[in-house]
Amino acid sequence: MDLSSQNLLEMQRRMLRIRRFDERASKMVKRGQIPGTVHTSIGQEAQVVGACMALGDGDYMSGNHRSHGHPIGKGSPLGPLMAELVGKATGVCQGKGGSLHLADFAVGSLGESGIVGSSIPIATGAALSSKVLGNGKVSLAFFGDGAANQGCLYEAMNISGVWNLPVVFLCENNQYALSTPAHTVTSGVIADRAAGFGMPGVRVEDGQDVLAVFEAVTTAVERARRGEGPSLVEVVTYRFNEHSEGLRLGTDYRDAEEKAAWVERDPIVLFRRHLEREGIATAEELDALEAEVLAEVDEAVRFTDESPYPDPSVAFKDLYTEPIGAIA
Amino acid sequence: MTVMSYLGAIGAAQREAMEADERVVIIGEDVEANVYGTTGAGKSRKDKGDFLEMFGANRIRNTPISEEVIVGAAIGAAMTGLRPIVDLSYSSFLYMAMDQFVNQAAKNRYMFGGQASIPVVFRSAMFYGLNTGAHHSDRPYPMFMNVPGLKIIVPSNPYDAKGLLRTAVDSDDPVLTFEACLLWGSKGEVPEEEYKIPFGQANVARTGDDVTVVAISSAVPEALAAAETLAGEGVSVEVIDPRTLVPFDTEAVIRSVQRTGRLVIADPAHRTCSAAAEISAIVAEEAFESLRAPIMRVTTPDTQIPFSPALEKQLYPNRTKIEDAVRRVTGLMANTLNTELTSPAPRM
Repeated sequence: MDLSSQNLLEMQRRMLRIRRFDERASKMVKRGQIPGTVHTSIGQEAQVVGACMALGDGDYMSGNHRSHGHPIGKGSPLGPLMAELVGKATGVCQGKGGSLHLADFAVGSLGESGIVGSSIPIATGAALSSKVLGNGKVSLAFFGDGAANQGCLYEAMNISGVWNLPVVFLCENNQYALSTPAHTVTSGVIADRAAGFGMPGVRVEDGQDVLAVFEAVTTAVERARRGEGPSLVEVVTYRFNEHSEGLRLGTDYRDAEEKAAWVERDPIVLFRRHLEREGIATAEELDALEAEVLAEVDEAVRFTDESPYPDPSVAFKDLYTEPIGAIA
Repeated sequence: MTVMSYLGAIGAAQREAMEADERVVIIGEDVEANVYGTTGAGKSRKDKGDFLEMFGANRIRNTPISEEVIVGAAIGAAMTGLRPIVDLSYSSFLYMAMDQFVNQAAKNRYMFGGQASIPVVFRSAMFYGLNTGAHHSDRPYPMFMNVPGLKIIVPSNPYDAKGLLRTAVDSDDPVLTFEACLLWGSKGEVPEEEYKIPFGQANVARTGDDVTVVAISSAVPEALAAAETLAGEGVSVEVIDPRTLVPFDTEAVIRSVQRTGRLVIADPAHRTCSAAAEISAIVAEEAFESLRAPIMRVTTPDTQIPFSPALEKQLYPNRTKIEDAVRRVTGLMANTLNTELTSPAPRM
């Protein structure tokens, strides 16, 4: 994989953006500054960024409730995302979506979904439109190990196979569906299921290695772009935080040793080491990068704070492309 | 003008839409083989072949039997530049894709703050009255009326079927069209040239002064037949076909009721939370002072649809039931004589 230093640094920048953005969001939830529910991607940054950066700017993706990382990884600016989490008028969805339903069409983000698995058919449809229109775009569906047991995934894999669609099914296997260990509800290996649909299925065992994820997803994206059809990529990773911020369960369903071992493999720390070791950047340069990202997050929060809440009339807007009469 | 069947009119609308815009594609089970007769060249079939030959396999797509991904992929395709027409064949199959209709089609534009437009048409046929039993006989449009973000159309004749479908394809919002199979073979005059019928404009199918009958889908021809009979009894019935339920032409119904003072609604859906229930509520709220009699609904009772013709036939709104309802609201028939019209059927 031939990657310029610039791209490698961009990977680190985007992983840092996700980490610092989500850390801030977590704090804001605890302070009552973000209403509703928030699911962070902390710990999964390599899996998210490795996949997003394998896509081109014009390519499509859809996601799920663990939602902030995807648009950030695809290059979405932080201000409107943070404003959306708080419900401000300047939010990327004008305050109508919130954390669970971020979308930034400007970067090909067709929407996160609060319904597990529900956006997989959407990404499949985006791949259909690129195929029919012949515009060379690739589509990627992010979903978790929980969604891997939803029927719509298999309907989507089957139709993508027979229609030879340019789509990548990207399973973010963080090993737990809330408290339920994936292996207790999942028969066999998720990646192996691809064989049943006659498509390649690969499992990236070390999802904390951004380059390993990037390489696997790039192979799938290139194959799709060449017109050779869909692939399934399963990435094994781990979320460091609780399922959602502020969630307190009476029971600790994750083994402390297991958790410590994964936290030890922090994807950002690992990649920083790699960048230094390979002489891509110096410690000072990487410190500066971290400071830049922190400043970006500060700026996003400032932008959010200074933004107004939407006018109540906005609740009645954008249901249809043109008003169809009075809303009862 | 030319005479066309309801089904032929749908086929003609689909052909025109495919010819007018390359972004229009047809997706569904058995569409390549023109099994339902709406993806064919009609009279020119011999020369042109069916849609598959006319438009190619890229735009005419047979699907696996996978409603959830058919519907979801059509939504995703619509969000990214296509204008799909999806043939879901039986309306009861829509339930297989309920998540995609409710959580994606209806919500994506709204919850993404207007970033998405979703120009997609979902066609499905209601096979009620044809002894297909409980799994094929549903009339589920009221369920979808309860989902803001969807448009719902219920054409009752060939002219409307063609004109409304063309408008549906032009719509940048998801449209569900419910076609009654009982109407498929009905014939009517249809203009040779292209035309489109705007949504939210009811059709006054017959003018009258004494009673307003709002009739939906296959209840329209039944209401017209009833009006003819009642005219012989000296009762002048106005028949309004809303044509689209979302948007709904409230004004046309209110205007009519303000004149007639009486309202009967004939709706083949189940009674509870039917389109008729909603229309009753609207009129009660907005034109109560004009009403000279209670509003009456003629609907299908809240029971499932049985297979046997001996059992099924009695259930749907027909001309006799509509006539009786009109006689009741005009005082020509005593209220006590026909309580089954208004009382919910016992659920045992």
